[in-house]
Amino acid sequence: MLKDSASGLEVTQNRKQTGWKDTLYLIFDKGSTMVGLVLLFVVLSIVTTDFLTVDNLINVTRQATVLCIMAVGMTFIIITGGIDLSAGSQIAVSGVAVAGLITAGVPIPLAVLLTIILGGLIGLFIGAAVSTQKIPPFIVTLGMTTILSGLAFVYTQGNPIAVTDAAFRALGRGYLGPIPIPVMIMVVVVIIGHVLLTHTRFGRYVYTIGDNEEAARLCGINVTWVKTGVYAFGGAVMAIAGIILASRLSTGSPNSGTGSELDAIAAVVLGGTNLFGGEGKIVGTLMGVAIISILNNGLNLLDVSSYNQLMIKGLVILLAVWLNSIKARKKQSV
Amino acid sequence: MSSPILELQHICKEFSGVKALSDVSLTVYPGSVHALVGENGAGKSTLIKILTGAYSKTSGTITFQGQEIEQMDPKLSKKLGIHCIYQELNVARYQTVAENVFLGTQPTTRFGLIDWKKMNRAAKEIFSSLQIDINPKQLVKDISIAQKQMVEIARAISQNAKILIMDEPTSSLSERETEVLLSLVEELKQKGVSILYVSHRMDEIFRVCDTVTVLRDGQHIKTLPMNEVKNVDTLVELMVNRKVTDYFNKVDAPLGEPILSVQNLAKSGVLKNISFELRRGEILGIAGLVGAGRTEIAQALFGLLKKDTGDIYIDHQKVEIKKPSDAIKLGIGFVTENRKETGLALKQSVRANITMSNLKKYVKYLLVNKQAEKKAAEEYKKKLNIKTATLEQPISTLSGGNQQKAILSRWIIQEPRILILDEPCRGVDVGAKAEIFAQISQLAQQGVGIIMISSEIPEIVGMSDRAIVMREGRIAGILEKPAITPDNILKLAFGGGVSA
Repeated sequence: MLKDSASGLEVTQNRKQTGWKDTLYLIFDKGSTMVGLVLLFVVLSIVTTDFLTVDNLINVTRQATVLCIMAVGMTFIIITGGIDLSAGSQIAVSGVAVAGLITAGVPIPLAVLLTIILGGLIGLFIGAAVSTQKIPPFIVTLGMTTILSGLAFVYTQGNPIAVTDAAFRALGRGYLGPIPIPVMIMVVVVIIGHVLLTHTRFGRYVYTIGDNEEAARLCGINVTWVKTGVYAFGGAVMAIAGIILASRLSTGSPNSGTGSELDAIAAVVLGGTNLFGGEGKIVGTLMGVAIISILNNGLNLLDVSSYNQLMIKGLVILLAVWLNSIKARKKQSV
Repeated sequence: MSSPILELQHICKEFSGVKALSDVSLTVYPGSVHALVGENGAGKSTLIKILTGAYSKTSGTITFQGQEIEQMDPKLSKKLGIHCIYQELNVARYQTVAENVFLGTQPTTRFGLIDWKKMNRAAKEIFSSLQIDINPKQLVKDISIAQKQMVEIARAISQNAKILIMDEPTSSLSERETEVLLSLVEELKQKGVSILYVSHRMDEIFRVCDTVTVLRDGQHIKTLPMNEVKNVDTLVELMVNRKVTDYFNKVDAPLGEPILSVQNLAKSGVLKNISFELRRGEILGIAGLVGAGRTEIAQALFGLLKKDTGDIYIDHQKVEIKKPSDAIKLGIGFVTENRKETGLALKQSVRANITMSNLKKYVKYLLVNKQAEKKAAEEYKKKLNIKTATLEQPISTLSGGNQQKAILSRWIIQEPRILILDEPCRGVDVGAKAEIFAQISQLAQQGVGIIMISSEIPEIVGMSDRAIVMREGRIAGILEKPAITPDNILKLAFGGGVSA
């Protein structure tokens, strides 16, 4: 039999490239988000006195929960090459729904469960439109944004629904020992997301579909179901985030969550997930969430006005996406 | 001969310490066709990129018409008249043929608007000077691949190309289109254009080239006038530096029971009245021109093409195949002709690509057992000799041949009963080719029924137990072993009679 000498060249090429310079490059390349996060952490610890305190850090984590849970759902969707612009209004709808159900006398566990199911159904609808009707997710979810937002306003007549029930408020505000309950919920969602994405067939198919949908189909993967499932999972996860937000605010408001989808998308992209699909990790997303949350917290501690905060946050996101695309280009040219 | 138009001397190119090219010299004369051959990874692409200025050389000299060029860059290269027609064509699909010919150099009226009349006329002139027939006003999306290629050639001519580099120009052309291209090469030669012809197809090189340069592992092996090259084997030996004794490694397997039977399969405008049988252990070749319906048979069997009429039987049982997962359940595997577009998940690991269609097998308590998966992937990596540093690197980092071996293992791992291979060795280097064919032969010996579609007639002749030749959506004939000859295949493909 003939031996292949031609491709042997490439193999040695790969091996030889690991000098110290390349190791340094690799750390920066693979971990640029990590580097940014550490830098941000160190700088804030030095320039503010309040940042590096247990109370503040717990506070940051508590405030990050809604964003983090949303970002987990968004990671799945973006890895398939999709996007969900209606995540923010899904937050509003689920907040209003859970508040409405509780006010109507539905027991809290049931109200929470029904709201999560409703979120799942919304996602299912989006997923079905995307995967069976081949409408671009950008358009489907853009349409859904206004539909859901309108729905929330119609249901509430524009007035927030206040919930005073202490048990419900505990979901967003309570502590179990030193740990905030929402943080515990967040950890559970993160672990489920991570295991689902990396250790199940479903998760593996998510990557394959995001990378090459046609190849996935030819491998016998049921692309329609997996994609629909991804949006349904996303919807359920967004509902959990919406419930926590409603609980924290003690209100289901049709205005809450607006614009938060952009923060979630930004966190996912900051975490190194490829906007065109096929690549991404929950761990990366966690770092993205941390950057955005710490940045928010730091800017508050530094007394930066909220208008200026908007601009700074926007710039950071642009910078991150820009670095990402440089990285992608570099990979292509090698 | 006249003085050379381009001289490369002792060109070296290093990538972070690794030599991709070492001491390569090349002399190109005006109006000549110079072949550049070598296995994948031999350095052909690197050399082309140095000429077009995409890479800068590490050392050596480039002399163009007697002038030494310090450092080539893409702009300078274009200005000197060096143009490259890449395998992936570079055309704007929703613009007209004429616009594509003058892409970026559209003639304008004195008001600064595009002068359509002048542009169409100029395009027409170029086409007629090259004796090709394309309507300049057509949209590029509506013309064939071969015509798109000609549009690119016309673009180069419109910019006074002196040296035209053609990278595998015939790889996606049918035999007839290839003929047209080869005569176009002759035409260009008459006009004094020099051509650097990069190809895997030996017969073409023998037909149109004046000189050949062989590269191997980045080194310049030899430059010979074509009339001193005896035959294909001489060239192949220079390329691989080892005797090619049995290129195909085909071992005849005993044929078993019919496993697949197709009856009166039809799809309007594509397939007409297709009936054939496939037996266990048989390699059934499907030959024919591009567009004759070869791939469509495979697609119909794999649930990718909805048939109008006809029945498919597997093990004498009538089956309905509506989607790929149906086909896979019935034990059919399909290696598509287009690895990058329909085969690979490029960003995923080699391992993930190998186990992609068979993940179910490694699931325990709802979770994928990575150890078992890795073990299986490792086994097939060894079995098919997939050259990769680790199984965890993205498959995009592998050479074409190794990517193809990974796709092949993806299907072998399923233990298919029927394996359909569409152009299994397209864009694969000689060494990997032999390994892939050996593997196919081995599968047949194990009793797998194999359908192998190929545009390379030697592959059909070397591998098939029987061969179907397609023409215009019909089976033009089915050849049995001693009659599977290039002559017979070509005659059937073009519509002639068969000599026994």
